[in-house]
Amino acid sequence: MDEKILDEIIAHYPSQSGKTLGILREIQIREKHIPMDTLKLLSGKIDVPLSRLYALVTFYSFFSLKPVGEHLITVCMGTPCHVKGAEKILESLEEHLGISEDTQDGKYLQTTPDNKFTVEIARCFGACSMAPVLRVDGELHGYVTPEMIPKILEKYGWKR
Amino acid sequence: MIITSHEDLESVRKRGLTKIQPKHPRIGVGTSSCGIAVGGMQIFDRMQELIQKEGYDITLVKTGCIGFCKEEPIVSVTIPGKSQVLLHKVRPDDAERIIALALKGEIPEDLALCRIPDWDHITGNLVYGDGFESVPDYGEIRFFSHQKKVILRDSGLINPEDIDEYIGIGGYSAAFKALNSMDPDTIIEEVKKSGLRGRGGAGFPAGLKWEITKKAPGTEKFIVCNADEGDPGAYMNRNEMESDPHMLLEGMLIGAYGMDVHEGLIYIRAEYPLAIERLTLALDQARAYGLLGKNILNSGFDFDIQIATGAGAFVCGESTALAASIEGKTGRPRLRPPRLTEKGVFGRPTDLNNVETWCNVPVIITKGATWYSDIGAKGNTGTKVFSLVGKVENIGMVEVPLGTSLRTIIYDIGSGGAGGKEVKAVQTGGPSGGCIPVRLFDTPVDFENLNMVGTMMGSGGLVVMDEDTNMVDIARYFINFASSESCGKCVPCREGLKHLLLILNRIVSGKGTRDDIEILKELSDTVQKTSLCGLGQTAPNPVLTTLQYFGEEYEKLIAPEGK
Ligand SMILES: Cc1cc2nc3c(=O)[nH]c(=O)nc-3n(C[C@H](O)[C@H](O)[C@H](O)COP(=O)(O)O)c2cc1C
Ligand code: SF4
Ligand code: FES
Ligand code: FES
Repeated sequence: MDEKILDEIIAHYPSQSGKTLGILREIQIREKHIPMDTLKLLSGKIDVPLSRLYALVTFYSFFSLKPVGEHLITVCMGTPCHVKGAEKILESLEEHLGISEDTQDGKYLQTTPDNKFTVEIARCFGACSMAPVLRVDGELHGYVTPEMIPKILEKYGWKR
Repeated sequence: MIITSHEDLESVRKRGLTKIQPKHPRIGVGTSSCGIAVGGMQIFDRMQELIQKEGYDITLVKTGCIGFCKEEPIVSVTIPGKSQVLLHKVRPDDAERIIALALKGEIPEDLALCRIPDWDHITGNLVYGDGFESVPDYGEIRFFSHQKKVILRDSGLINPEDIDEYIGIGGYSAAFKALNSMDPDTIIEEVKKSGLRGRGGAGFPAGLKWEITKKAPGTEKFIVCNADEGDPGAYMNRNEMESDPHMLLEGMLIGAYGMDVHEGLIYIRAEYPLAIERLTLALDQARAYGLLGKNILNSGFDFDIQIATGAGAFVCGESTALAASIEGKTGRPRLRPPRLTEKGVFGRPTDLNNVETWCNVPVIITKGATWYSDIGAKGNTGTKVFSLVGKVENIGMVEVPLGTSLRTIIYDIGSGGAGGKEVKAVQTGGPSGGCIPVRLFDTPVDFENLNMVGTMMGSGGLVVMDEDTNMVDIARYFINFASSESCGKCVPCREGLKHLLLILNRIVSGKGTRDDIEILKELSDTVQKTSLCGLGQTAPNPVLTTLQYFGEEYEKLIAPEGK
């Protein structure tokens, strides 16, 4: 991330309350992950040890150190989505994209070898009325069934 | 413009009213998160394009959410002098037709859900008028007729992005009254008398917590709003902030004045971008009117509010973890006492209340403690908002007086199981709560009665399960949730939950033994009794309640050789 942009983000937080997490959140949203270089740069700028920033990034599930693929698919695993079959949606995605559910540091984040899709899970978008729900690049798809997965993926350039 | 007098507030109120009831048609499109998810924004954009292109004399606004999620996108049409009409399941293609009819003073009857001849905003009353008699009255819709809207009184009816509309229906008049004519201690007294209990789950008396904070030694205190809403399936707070953000700000302002605190924080989960956006806008608008900042309403009182965002950790809803998180630390709970009221954010005395707790404050000041305590039940006054989700026919946001039975909520308002299926149970209190079987549906929903059946109020998520739901799987789901959200600080929670999960996995896959069930009970008991914070202490509830009420489902899964 550009140093100037980082400075701008830091300037959004004149007070200490909520500062560090607020900055990290903006970086995550902009870059879709937290680049290690940026984290190092930030450490010097706000005078927080890198080890502490690292602890934050690994503790909070909103942040990710790994870059994501071209399209980010987020599957909701909240309770209402669960009772309406979210697990099957995830399985269907894994099957079609050829990824497995091995996770590192307890966070589910899988990217296809061609770097086209990343699949992650979330707890409730607050759109439970159309459960099960998944989100692709910010666009919500509701009432999803496993059978719909290929069609949804094709919209984003996936080929069988 | 800075509002400094009653006359100033009145002039904004009048302006706000003409925005809500203009001399020409007004169209409101439900655009809170779930409205947007089903196309609300496309409808809004399409309409805006048409209106701008043709220069039509129509007011188009975004509104929050009336709460009938299942019927979204919902669009409201107000023709001057006539009942407001709510249209449901509107598609972007309908935009043109709705506008064309509105210009003629008509509405598309095939899309009409109900009409609203007048509306009690509690802080003010709006009369729309008669007309459209063929459309059912709001009170005739089952989903609405059993509800009592106090917190949701403005939701879906006003534009949450325009402070004038909130002031138009009497908003900030409670703050004006409080700051200019009430002694701070009287405010705390009034909140105590109202019986208001915290809506974040534990039900601690709000007025008492305020008093303790006020009496705590120290000067630079904080008040904090807990908008972490981590229970999956609960989205009341999200809706309250997206639909009526000023109600929250006004509640915090009154509380701050009562406690003589000058700094406020809203800790909100990062997964709620729209709520963050609307709150930020609301804060700017409130500052521009001098409703936050220095010498508010010319009373000499200073107060401002900042937003702090969370980052996806359920445990950060717990008070001490929340404070740590605001300070930029990992959100790991610590032993209490000291409580936050003594040693909170940055070590300063801090009053922490849930979004909805704050939202109750303006009406208590406007209508008085007695009016408020007449709602609900003794010891459980007022209303509570629930998100009724899962396998229920009418999914949505439901507000009822405390003490209303589960039966009323699930059958009368929710119309029972989705697609005519048989309802089996309901989960209240999220991962900390339990599953209540149908035979206990006469249980009144209040803090004590829910505890008695082994669950808790929590923040207000009600997830309905039907005949197809496997209750052991539900228990496993919640333990998996709690286990992955455990902060790892103490052993019973970190290791105990992991083992509960292993055992449940074994049972679900048909390899469990009778001993496993005994261990489940014993381990659950240990985790409950020895965990450091509420997360661990309550996490076994879903296991214990499903064992208690649906033991036969566990039995069925035990392998024959394991019996
Ligand atoms: C694990 C855990 C998660 C919690 N999550 C929330 C939450 O999301 N929102 C909330 O208001 N309270 C939550 N609470 C309760 C808060 O700790 C606290 O009791 C509450 O915010 C106090 O506000 P009230 O008195 O207005 O209810 C949680 C508690 C625990 C133990
Ligand atoms: S009970 Fe669980 S979440 Fe709470 S402090 Fe212990 S390990 Fe952390
Ligand atoms: S549980 Fe999936 S959107 Fe709420
Ligand atoms: S439609 Fe808005 S809360 Fe569900």
